[in-house]
Amino acid sequence: MVTIEDYGTYETAWCPGCGNHSILQAVKKALVALDLQPSQVLLVSGIGQAAKAPHYLKANVFNGLHGRSLPVATAAKTVNRDLAVIVESGDGCTYGEGGNHLLAAIRRNVDVTVIVHNNQVYGLTKGQASPTSGEGFVTKAYPHGVFSSPFKAPLLAVAMRAGFVARGFSGRIDHLAQLIQEGVRQRGFSLVEVLQPCVSFNRVNTFSWYNQRCYELPLTHDPGDWENAIAIADQWGDRIPIGVIYRNNRPAFDENLVQLGEVALVSQEVRMDQLKKIMMSYY
Amino acid sequence: MRDGPSRPKAVNIVIGGEAGQGLITVGDILTRTLVRAGYSVVVTQSYQSRIRGGHNTFTVRVGSEEILGPQEPIDILMALNMDTVHFHQHELSPQGTVLVDEKWGLEGNAIFAVPYEELGSQKFSGILALGVVGAMLGLEEERFSGALEQFLGKRGDQVLQENLASLKSGFSWMSSRSGPMHKLSPPRYAGTRLTLNGNDAIALGALAAGMKWCSFYPMTPATSIAETLAIHSQAMGIVVEQAEDEIAAINMALGASFAGAPAMVATSGGGFALMTEAVSLAGMIETPLVIVVAQRPGPSTGLPTRTEQSDLEFVLHSGHGEFPRAIFAPGSVEQCFHTTRQAFELAEALHGPVFVLTDQFLADSYRSVEPFDLEQLSPVRTCQVLSEDTPHQVYAITQSGISHRLIPGLSAQCVAAYSAERLAIADSDEHDEYGHLTEDLTIRKRMVDKRLSKMNEILARTIPPEVAGDEAADLMLLCWGSTRGAVWEAADTLRSQGLRVATMHLSQVWPIVPDTVLGHLQNAREVICIESNATGQMAKIIRRETGFHISKKILRYDGLPLTPEFVLRQIAEV
Repeated sequence: MVTIEDYGTYETAWCPGCGNHSILQAVKKALVALDLQPSQVLLVSGIGQAAKAPHYLKANVFNGLHGRSLPVATAAKTVNRDLAVIVESGDGCTYGEGGNHLLAAIRRNVDVTVIVHNNQVYGLTKGQASPTSGEGFVTKAYPHGVFSSPFKAPLLAVAMRAGFVARGFSGRIDHLAQLIQEGVRQRGFSLVEVLQPCVSFNRVNTFSWYNQRCYELPLTHDPGDWENAIAIADQWGDRIPIGVIYRNNRPAFDENLVQLGEVALVSQEVRMDQLKKIMMSYY
Repeated sequence: MRDGPSRPKAVNIVIGGEAGQGLITVGDILTRTLVRAGYSVVVTQSYQSRIRGGHNTFTVRVGSEEILGPQEPIDILMALNMDTVHFHQHELSPQGTVLVDEKWGLEGNAIFAVPYEELGSQKFSGILALGVVGAMLGLEEERFSGALEQFLGKRGDQVLQENLASLKSGFSWMSSRSGPMHKLSPPRYAGTRLTLNGNDAIALGALAAGMKWCSFYPMTPATSIAETLAIHSQAMGIVVEQAEDEIAAINMALGASFAGAPAMVATSGGGFALMTEAVSLAGMIETPLVIVVAQRPGPSTGLPTRTEQSDLEFVLHSGHGEFPRAIFAPGSVEQCFHTTRQAFELAEALHGPVFVLTDQFLADSYRSVEPFDLEQLSPVRTCQVLSEDTPHQVYAITQSGISHRLIPGLSAQCVAAYSAERLAIADSDEHDEYGHLTEDLTIRKRMVDKRLSKMNEILARTIPPEVAGDEAADLMLLCWGSTRGAVWEAADTLRSQGLRVATMHLSQVWPIVPDTVLGHLQNAREVICIESNATGQMAKIIRRETGFHISKKILRYDGLPLTPEFVLRQIAEV
């Protein structure tokens, strides 16, 4: 049995009161509930405050470039299907710098779970607007307010018929841990967007701002109903739905690759006998 | 006139026409037939328009002696359209023949009109011409029909029979005439020879090294490497993925490599420019990666289908920060295979990025190649079984700077001496020996020293330059990468004119090991550096690394491959 102690406790570089602490807690709880050993887990992140998260628990870690965690995760999962691959990064990293990779990962339906810490602001670089900042949000770089409309990743993911789309809130740790668990269990791409306050740089979307608005989707919500899921994913304002918004059974990326077989690709012997045949086909 | 007796006797055949006229099919069948018959070939493919309307050529230089480089004078010009005659007539050798369609009504000394309409359907004029040329070369018809069957076998019996009939018709028409002949001497090779171009050989070299992952974004002239690998992916048990962009391609490759699959990307200048941040990442996280850069003329989009060697300095300096790297630059199709294999071995040994720098000329240049002895080769192993006294940190500071890798999820298999919880950590931030990010500046300095000290291992494995020709030469010709053949043949011609000439070729262009280069350069009375770029990039690197200044350079940067004739013309001027 895996226990939460197996995932360790580390000193973090996050502000007291930051939503990241709760998300970290939820990730650990989910991994324990899934009974995954740290050695079976690969956490991939980019750059940002959220991207530091993998350093604060025990697991295999690839903390790479800003925006580029999805390509890394895609390939690592494909060459070793025995790994549980989880991407953890922020809204700027995943939706801004890495936007194209998000589209491609959804299309591939690669079997990874992407946990996006969405605090609607850049924390690491101190308070610039993010792709999810609300219209009118004032920053040093946008002293007259942000004009661009905020990016609704769950809406996009549902529209593209992603394998699994959910939204959680850092203020509801157990609910979030449940969403992460379901995301990891999903055979295919899972987006788990997590709303979280940034206590230093976002004075608009505070803990109580989210807490007042977030409501859990009722049991009657059918995640298989795509049209309804579109409406739910679009909902933002006085009421913000959290829970599993949409899911389907599209085959995962690796299920299309017949060469992967029973044994992880990394552990397969190189087929030198086949190579000889291939070489001689150039005669 | 410069084509003196020292150069191998060869027939230079140029097939010219518009895209879509079946020119590459005819060229492929001709090349494969000649290689299977035991001849040496060098193919030069020149595609896309040099003027409007699109004019492409497929050039096969063939001989019974070993052919190393291309040749300018044309012996047989197979004109599939009239434009070809106009563009290339002035390039004919004194004995040159131009095959034209009788109905074009062209006349002249070298013009040889073929009544294609009488011989068969217009649709098959390329195959008819192939039959005519086959007879001109003095080869048996069966050799061509065999290749044709192999090439068209899949397209159905009807198509094949029509093509075979056209081939026969062209052959017998030519055999019954006393027209111009370009008879080949008996072939050079008796055993099995493969028809491979540079990109084919890179793909085979990667497979022989045990590559399991290749990600790419299409870009000429690198694309066919990944496409070739993709065809064989199921048989070989590898994954080839067309990424959403080059940034994804290289980050995927790093993810695969980190997870234990030997990985490669293949691209060209502009695509590589997008990859450079991740080159630096490979250096920082000490993850093996092979990067093939097939050069074409820049800057920017440049000349997409032509050739150049202008990305040497770019590749050498790509990526921010300081970290070790190695760069191979194969000079032949065989070297494409071997250096690609070595690149995987070196990447695994040094835990970092290793480059293979090729170009459009070599990428598309078919040659006659002896099958590689695969039994002697063993693929790289990423999962090493470690002894108990190996330091257990992923980035342990060692004498050589090389630590041991841990593969996520495989520690139980690979590091039996350790607990199954041994974890693989990679961080683009500066990190401690465990891989976790740190801002301890003492550790920072030790980590920089650790990474850079791996250069000693690279230096110890660097391929020395290939030096040939006369001792104490009057003239040393220095080259690197794909220009080897042209330079070697130019040197032969100069020697036949009484000069003492030596040649030096670098198939590994970084690092430069001064001890292996400097003595040879100092021994020659004069050194000329020959490169396909405008600024003499290798000459600059040689000066920086050895202090040896090469003032004389022969530089080609019009997009065409270096030829012996170009080198000889320039030497006459220098």
